[in-house]
Amino acid sequence: MIEALSSEDILRLGMDFALDVVESPQCSDPLPLTLVTPLDYTKPVLPSQRRKSADIRLVARHADVYEPCDDSFALVDALLADRVNLCELQPSICLEVGCGSGYVITSLALMLNNTRKVKFIATDISEVAVKTTRATLAAHNLHADVLVADLNSGIENQVAGLVDVLVFNPPYVPTSEEEVGIGGIVSAWAGGVRGRVVIDRMLEVVDSILSSKGWFYLVTVTANNPGEICQIMRRKGFASRIVIQRSTEEESLHVLKFWRDASNESSESSGGPVVSPSGRASFLQRSLSHRLSCLVSFK
Amino acid sequence: MRLLTHNMLSCNIKGVTNGFPLAIEATTVETKEVDMNPDFLRHIFPKLEWKAFRDASHSLGVDDLPEQVDPDMLLDEEFLRRFHHALLEVHLEEGVLICPETGRRFPVSKGIPNMLLNEDEV
Ligand SMILES: C[S@@+](CC[C@H](N)C(=O)[O-])C[C@H]1O[C@@H](n2cnc3c(N)ncnc32)[C@H](O)[C@@H]1O
Repeated sequence: MIEALSSEDILRLGMDFALDVVESPQCSDPLPLTLVTPLDYTKPVLPSQRRKSADIRLVARHADVYEPCDDSFALVDALLADRVNLCELQPSICLEVGCGSGYVITSLALMLNNTRKVKFIATDISEVAVKTTRATLAAHNLHADVLVADLNSGIENQVAGLVDVLVFNPPYVPTSEEEVGIGGIVSAWAGGVRGRVVIDRMLEVVDSILSSKGWFYLVTVTANNPGEICQIMRRKGFASRIVIQRSTEEESLHVLKFWRDASNESSESSGGPVVSPSGRASFLQRSLSHRLSCLVSFK
Repeated sequence: MRLLTHNMLSCNIKGVTNGFPLAIEATTVETKEVDMNPDFLRHIFPKLEWKAFRDASHSLGVDDLPEQVDPDMLLDEEFLRRFHHALLEVHLEEGVLICPETGRRFPVSKGIPNMLLNEDEV
């Protein structure tokens, strides 16, 4: 069935996918449905296929806090696309760094909630972001450990090696160095040279945060050079793949996933192709082939 | 801030070797009832530093937790109830967390701990 799709079909699917998410965050339509429908009209919709993410209307807002945007939706969609695997992973501790409005950690908690055993932690460098996240969680009847911290500061010892799911939608916009971390809403997006200053600091601590089975999801844009990020992580012993690639008017977003690579070889069983940063064409191709494997997993 | 949160915090100023557990100076403590989830409690139990948790509960005025614990106690409803209450229902709303080694103070305001360090501390 999969082979029968032409690459044009796939592109079209990909576009529907992008449009659906960018334009209708309000609707609680199950996102996977848009993926399932073109492949299989006959399957009934199971409750487990319903979209499980934060209700955008319940997300708290503040002028100095990053509102959920294309990148936030891409990250949540990536987690949803990987949800079956995430549930199988049976995480004990999940950590979001840079939680902003709380949209992502709330969505993650909702999609994993059925396990009832998971501990959720969120940090942000901005105190008002932390308050906003708490409000968003509370509006969804959830509670997490939320603290003001620089990346994982303050919890680096006690949760070292214990985090099974780590997510980060970082400040990734290329800016001048001075704008990084100056506070206010600017800290939400200002990423310094190539948008990499905060990202690179994060890459340094991932190894100490993650458990042996842990996964790390990171949002990047093309200017950050995601291929190079994967190479850096590879040298640290992590395999990677693109979970979602999506182009918006302003930027081309990638949600990357990293996990400890036991074999140091490409291992299909750990979830799809390993990214080798060998040019845009293959990048795109791999992303598409991956999108296909997402589609398959929703059957 | 719940004591579950306190249990994962430490002071990591450059050079500090023993920044855990943080002492608690409580100004305002609140109790918020939540449903008990025995699965969660059993899951989190082995990951807790019990002594730090019990000492912290004392600072918040809870003193019915045993000094010695073993996993068998997780089958006892009464123990679970106390454990649940101290871990998840008692909140430090206003106060300070203090590094045992340096005395560095981390504020807790409106229930949110602030673990940011100054530039000269990292
Ligand atoms: C692009 S926003 C993402 C917000 C939210 N996670 C989302 O996806 O909608 C980046 C967030 O990271 C926070 N941040 C920036 N630098 C940080 C740092 N060094 N440590 C922790 N959080 C940081 C910002 O305050 C902001 O809330």
